[in-house]
Amino acid sequence: MTQTITPTSLSAKQTPLFDLHCELGAKMVTFAGYALPVQYSKGVLEEHRHTRAQAGLFDVSHMGQIKIEAESWTELAHSLEKLMPQDILGLREGSQRYGFLTTDAGGILDDVIVIRRGDTLWMVANASRKDIVAKHLRSHSESNIAVTELTDWALIALQGPASEAVLREFNQQVYELGFMESVALDLGGVAAWISRSGYTGEDGFELSLAATAADTIARALIAHDSVAPVGLGARDSLRLEAGLCLYGQDITEETTPIEANLSWVIPKCRRNGGERAGGFLGAEMILNQLDMGPSRRRVGLRPEGRAPMRSGVRLYANEHEDTAIGEITSGGFGQSVGRPIAMGYVNRDYAQPNTTVYGELRGRRQPVAVVRLPFVAAKYKRSN
Amino acid sequence: MHYTEEHEWLREEAGTIIVGITTHAAEQLGDVVFVELPEIGSAVTKGESIAVIESVKAASDIEAPLDGEIVAVNEVLVDKPEVVNSDPTGEGWFFKITPSDPTQLSGYMDKAAYLEFIK
Repeated sequence: MTQTITPTSLSAKQTPLFDLHCELGAKMVTFAGYALPVQYSKGVLEEHRHTRAQAGLFDVSHMGQIKIEAESWTELAHSLEKLMPQDILGLREGSQRYGFLTTDAGGILDDVIVIRRGDTLWMVANASRKDIVAKHLRSHSESNIAVTELTDWALIALQGPASEAVLREFNQQVYELGFMESVALDLGGVAAWISRSGYTGEDGFELSLAATAADTIARALIAHDSVAPVGLGARDSLRLEAGLCLYGQDITEETTPIEANLSWVIPKCRRNGGERAGGFLGAEMILNQLDMGPSRRRVGLRPEGRAPMRSGVRLYANEHEDTAIGEITSGGFGQSVGRPIAMGYVNRDYAQPNTTVYGELRGRRQPVAVVRLPFVAAKYKRSN
Repeated sequence: MHYTEEHEWLREEAGTIIVGITTHAAEQLGDVVFVELPEIGSAVTKGESIAVIESVKAASDIEAPLDGEIVAVNEVLVDKPEVVNSDPTGEGWFFKITPSDPTQLSGYMDKAAYLEFIK
């Protein structure tokens, strides 16, 4: 049997929950420079199931938390709108949005969450991109914009249908939050920013809090009968079922938001004809592509049979032609759908749902159906 | 029982050799979600990749540990790949080989040597 298991590198950075992961018997790996659990003793499939059935606790402290400040909210929002094709100006207090920073060429520099807290903006960036994001924000902003990387903050996600009931035992007010809303709350004596959001397609919360308080809160949460710790393995299969992109695989500087099927994240006011149309990096390219349609598109893919098709598998129009028409960017076994699932890019002619393409696996071409995303319907809690 | 450095175990049974992966290998792989088996009747060469095992983490090749012919495969694994995790050295066997050169077996480790190998 030949395979490579990546051990934890000694130089890997630790999150505030490192000791807890080790105590819980996690298999640790290095991910984006951090020692993180890929799974605990129950294994990836059980952790996946548990999250969809009850509640999973995820350490996502490796992600970048960046605070951006200016003299006024208007000034701050205008500055950010030069870097992102989202509606920042219209963000209400405590509301958060999914969006992305774009490159000059119209690619995706990173996909991020932005949250308005008072007149400041908090940004959550991918671990692998946070240094680049902070540098980008600084080099493209006027001097009156302050960018602070919150290196002493932790981020913990609690995901799954039991999440609300669990957190209500700490503070009843979490009930009032709707999807993509955020509020500062006291959790048993610990001050935390709590938002109703996540990366699994389930109802759930993300807790941003001081690193020093993270271990206490995490232990209190996993002591609950409904909560199990969940590692990166299940995090990946859960987000894939939910049709959510992983930066570095499904989206990169080489993919545009339109190709990535993320047009829905660009609101009308930033599109051609909108009141604040364009004005962000790569706008001409992106908005033109939005109007004309991209030459390739990210789609959901369902390989026939039981063999998973992973990132890098090439897709063809039929069983014999030499030229590939696409490639898988994420793939694996979808535990909740009971079969292999994937996503990837295909030429526009093959992007319609129910089109059959062929994935080449170990020299053999096998049928793959183009399907709508997500594979598992989202269960987000809309506002009360 | 014999063990290979590729973490396969080999057990002799009435002139054939049953092959599977070790408990250590199954633990390292994590949850197995797919197994592709060789064809019955196929002639295999020692070191040749003849089966595939996919876990939630990665795909791995299973090599033929001996020259010979595949005389049986464990069809249970096609629909229930998780048996590799629950019983790797029993119900989770992969295939049976009739070896053309049984002396090849002597090159493999015994249990004590394998346990030392994975330390």
